[in-house]
Amino acid sequence: MRDLFTLSVLVSTVAAGIRLATPYLLAALGETIGQRSGVLNLGVDGVMLLSAFGSYYVVLRTENLWYGFLAGAVIGLLMGVVYGVITVVFEAEQGISGIGIFLFGLGFSDLLFEELVGTPTPLKVRLEEVAIPGLGSIPYVGDAIFQHNPLTYLAFALVPIVTLVLFKTTFGMNVRAVGENPQAADSLGVSVAGVRFIAILIGNTMAGLAGMALSLGLGIFQPNLTQGLGFIAVALVYFGAWRSRGVMVGALLYGIVASLVLQLKTRGIIPLEASDLGAMAPAVLTIVALVVLARRIEAPAALARPFSRH
Amino acid sequence: MESLATAPERVENTDVPLLEMRNITKRFPGVVANDDVSFDLRRGEVHTLLGENGAGKSTLMKILFGLYQPDEGQILLRGNPVEITSPTNAIGMRIGMVHQHFMLVPTLSVAENVALGLKPGWRPSTNLGAVSSRIVEISERYGLAVDPSIEVWKLSVGERQRVEIIKALYRDAELLVLDEPTAVLTPQEVDDLFVILRQMTANGRGLVFISHKLHEVIELSDRITVLRNGRVTGHTVPADADRHQLAQMMVGREVVLAPDKASVEPGDVRLSLRDVKVIGDRGTMAVNGVDLDVRAGEIVGIAGVSGNGQRELAETIAGLRPARRGSVVEIDGVDVTAANSATTRAAGLAYVPEERMKDGAIGEFDVKENLLLINHDDSRFLRSGLFRSERMAEHCHRLVDAFSVKTPSLETPTKSLSGGNIQKLILARELDSSPTVLLAAQPTRGVDIGAAEYIHSQLLAQRADGVAILMISEDLDEILALADRIAVMYEGKVVSVLDRPSATREGLGLAMAGATVGEADSFVADSPIADSPVHDSDGPDSDGPESAVADSEVTDAS
Repeated sequence: MRDLFTLSVLVSTVAAGIRLATPYLLAALGETIGQRSGVLNLGVDGVMLLSAFGSYYVVLRTENLWYGFLAGAVIGLLMGVVYGVITVVFEAEQGISGIGIFLFGLGFSDLLFEELVGTPTPLKVRLEEVAIPGLGSIPYVGDAIFQHNPLTYLAFALVPIVTLVLFKTTFGMNVRAVGENPQAADSLGVSVAGVRFIAILIGNTMAGLAGMALSLGLGIFQPNLTQGLGFIAVALVYFGAWRSRGVMVGALLYGIVASLVLQLKTRGIIPLEASDLGAMAPAVLTIVALVVLARRIEAPAALARPFSRH
Repeated sequence: MESLATAPERVENTDVPLLEMRNITKRFPGVVANDDVSFDLRRGEVHTLLGENGAGKSTLMKILFGLYQPDEGQILLRGNPVEITSPTNAIGMRIGMVHQHFMLVPTLSVAENVALGLKPGWRPSTNLGAVSSRIVEISERYGLAVDPSIEVWKLSVGERQRVEIIKALYRDAELLVLDEPTAVLTPQEVDDLFVILRQMTANGRGLVFISHKLHEVIELSDRITVLRNGRVTGHTVPADADRHQLAQMMVGREVVLAPDKASVEPGDVRLSLRDVKVIGDRGTMAVNGVDLDVRAGEIVGIAGVSGNGQRELAETIAGLRPARRGSVVEIDGVDVTAANSATTRAAGLAYVPEERMKDGAIGEFDVKENLLLINHDDSRFLRSGLFRSERMAEHCHRLVDAFSVKTPSLETPTKSLSGGNIQKLILARELDSSPTVLLAAQPTRGVDIGAAEYIHSQLLAQRADGVAILMISEDLDEILALADRIAVMYEGKVVSVLDRPSATREGLGLAMAGATVGEADSFVADSPIADSPVHDSDGPDSDGPESAVADSEVTDAS
């Protein structure tokens, strides 16, 4: 037990926590933009799976990370087009449409994997950690915070960027307006459908990046790689009260608790038989935090409500 | 101050109406919302569209604002035929609209609300500083005081309306449609609004005014067009029409604007409120120490701008919202402060809630099911725990007939009935239990004149039967016509209780805006506003001060 509290263990726990938080953060930031525009997307997990497989497969075949990156982003974008057509153009009920997207992503990524790959094959190239010059060599802190793969840096860089976009740009103002009172935005000539569609495209592309962060970070793909990660990401949006900083806190909390449980398991502090119970800890913690901190009153007023003039 | 003389492009066009809508027809599945409607507007005038709910006013204005496309007909703007395909399009043609339900985003600031939809060009963000300074300019010019940086949810209803008008002026709307702009304002706020509107017409703008408050229509309009069932049924000017004629044009038959009140001697206290305090949805003290008694055979009206605790008070009396410790609510001597709605009903309360489709009836349920919502577990309707449908049907037929609910059948989904018929249905259900106390919130809001007439007569009949009635209403005319005593709520408190004879529109308006009782009372001496019955009444009780005042006093009051 005592060796758990050594500095090096602490550093590696935090480092792993930040790494684990990356896909949650990317997906949840994207979902924040979508929900701010009034669109709930429960299909995040499915989109992540498709992008995770797509980028994995492209890198497996080409051994070029850039092509993988492109594939992951484009698959996310395309799924965004699909979801946008379903929810914005056809004004379908969002909860059930999202579940449909999830089930499609789960099944289709599995099918493609079985058909095209078959057995989990590790990638020869995967996203490598890059130390940030200067900062990366700070003792302990550098190892914990400035030794990550590029997508992790991207995810955390997007936190202030998403805030900036939402609160300091015309597009962000339109997003918030159509999420709160689409009739008002419509009456002033803001295209509710257009703004929501773009928000969905951004959200799904980021979900794609999140899936890619997972498969290219691990360097492997297997069926249902995400194991419901996308749903946690949706929950983190509520946890963070639709603000990117709150979402980041939630993602970090989730990642660090997950990495702590991992440490406890490898050190035998949690018996192996109970390790599945230990794996539940982050989820349980998130649910408890959601219940305690839930500020539902701050939810965008038009969340999950299709808009129509008639 | 701009004038017509300094705006040459307007002088050369003054003979051409600002707007002409010619023979507009708009059909929706199963209904012709606008049937060959023609309407025009000149610069510098207020042209009122008068009509009941469903008469087609809103449809016509939505066509003008590009929200709907007409099936037939033509729109001419400044003499040129135009097609208005979207709100953006309409705004570009300098058409502005102040919607009945404010089109504001509560979480955005005033400046952001005004800036919404403006095209910032290539820049990623709108220059909100510049927007704010223009807002200040406009608000100073028209006396529309509002702080551009404040978030809209923090504003009062009157201030929100100013933001709506600023939005239109910011886009330099030359033609402004105001859809029931006074519905939620106090009389003083209405006066302020009219000053602003007159200033706008003096600047050469044209206003379309939609309202069903007849005295306001007469006060503000230059011309009046009446719509009924989607058709234009008349044109008039205020000088040629009084309120009764306007009401008749709207409804198409004789109308009783103010029903006759029999004199009833109030009996014992049936509903007693002592130091009632209630926490609202936002966690603030929505009702903050209300004391009020309602006696048998008496209607007590609660006046006030919505959002001053009326809804929370009603919910607490009905057993739907807990009161703070120390509050006392008694119905017929029984303490029901902590009771649920079943217990308060058992104690003798009938409740007509403010939001009839949310709290009063279930839209998807049919008429029969809604009529039985509160007593389907009555033993006379059950056999071995199963419904006895023939008895239920019998019961419902009786209620539908007694309260003249117009419905195709008992199996018709309730949401397909008109607002007035749904309200009559709720009233039928509630009054069938022979209550001792009736709590009626906004009993005729959004209801057509015919149904409102009927509901008022039912309330008065209950009063004559010795029911204690607490009526909450934002409609001062309704309060003045029915109430024996009037309590004004402001910020969770009853700030003034007046007997009907000493109440005036001005005094009530001041109290609604938060003036103290003393200030409000000083207005008692002013001419009492009264609503005279349209038809000659045959009862001996109609010769009170209410019926003696001529209609012209209403128009002269301003």
